Amino acid sequence: MISVGHYLAVSAVLFTLGVLGIFINRKNIIVILMSIELILLAVNINLVAFSAALGDLVGQVFAMFVLTVAAGEAAIGLAILVIYFRGRGTIAVDDANRMKG
Amino acid sequence: MIQYIAFWLFAFMVIASATMVILARNPVHSVMWLILAFFNAAGLMLLAGAEFIAMLLVIVYVGAVAVLFLFVVMMLDIDFAELRAGFVRYLPLGALVAIILAAELIFAVGAWSAGGVDLAARAAPVVSDKSNIQQIGELLYTRYIFLFEAAGIVLLVAMIGAIVLTHRQRGGVRTQNISHQNQRRPQDATRLVDPGVGQGMEL
Repeated sequence: MISVGHYLAVSAVLFTLGVLGIFINRKNIIVILMSIELILLAVNINLVAFSAALGDLVGQVFAMFVLTVAAGEAAIGLAILVIYFRGRGTIAVDDANRMKG
Repeated sequence: MIQYIAFWLFAFMVIASATMVILARNPVHSVMWLILAFFNAAGLMLLAGAEFIAMLLVIVYVGAVAVLFLFVVMMLDIDFAELRAGFVRYLPLGALVAIILAAELIFAVGAWSAGGVDLAARAAPVVSDKSNIQQIGELLYTRYIFLFEAAGIVLLVAMIGAIVLTHRQRGGVRTQNISHQNQRRPQDATRLVDPGVGQGMEL
């Protein structure tokens, strides 16, 4: 039978891949945002796996709220990205310390 | 048996496509791999018995978030080759951090045991004679109604924030000024003249 440990392993690998994606694509903020989505997906898989294993629905309700925050975060992040590109003509965030309004 | 095959298929596909998300040269391909990863994660959640969350994942992530990513990637004219310049330079540090993190997670999961989880103390036990979506709905609209409304406010704030951030006021464009139109009165706009014969009139 598939145990909760299998799901935990998958989501641990997914979480690690998300963190690795943030590190190796440090200049490309679009891929960084996608990596954050991967991390949140790993968290959701964890919540659903424990919800199923314990037979408790609160995990799934909480996964829904994580989904809500992920959607809002993507919208705001991409909006900031668009105005950043409009002002600078590039999205290289390696030297974004000049972002002083 | 079929559950095993499905689980390993979904697990393998979600990890492979997540790898491709962070390694693909073209961000458009990254978004496509991200969509595949979301579909396979939805399959994993379906196997765990969370049908509603799985469908929500397909609708919200694939239908909204991934399309938003695709839209922004295609809208901005970006030289992606230049953005990839530091890829090899950051790889050793990233790999080191990833290996340490993965090892810690594996140790934590391996050493973890459920201990004294008291199944009688569950907050919202699953009832077998109701469907998943009905149970979630009953929970969401009663006990978690305030959290649900707070989630709605989060989405509203995100929507207004995105609109305010990206809204651009163009200069030199004649637009309709509704308050100006409404303030216009007949006595300001028209006049009654009585021109004499042959004198013409001033416009």
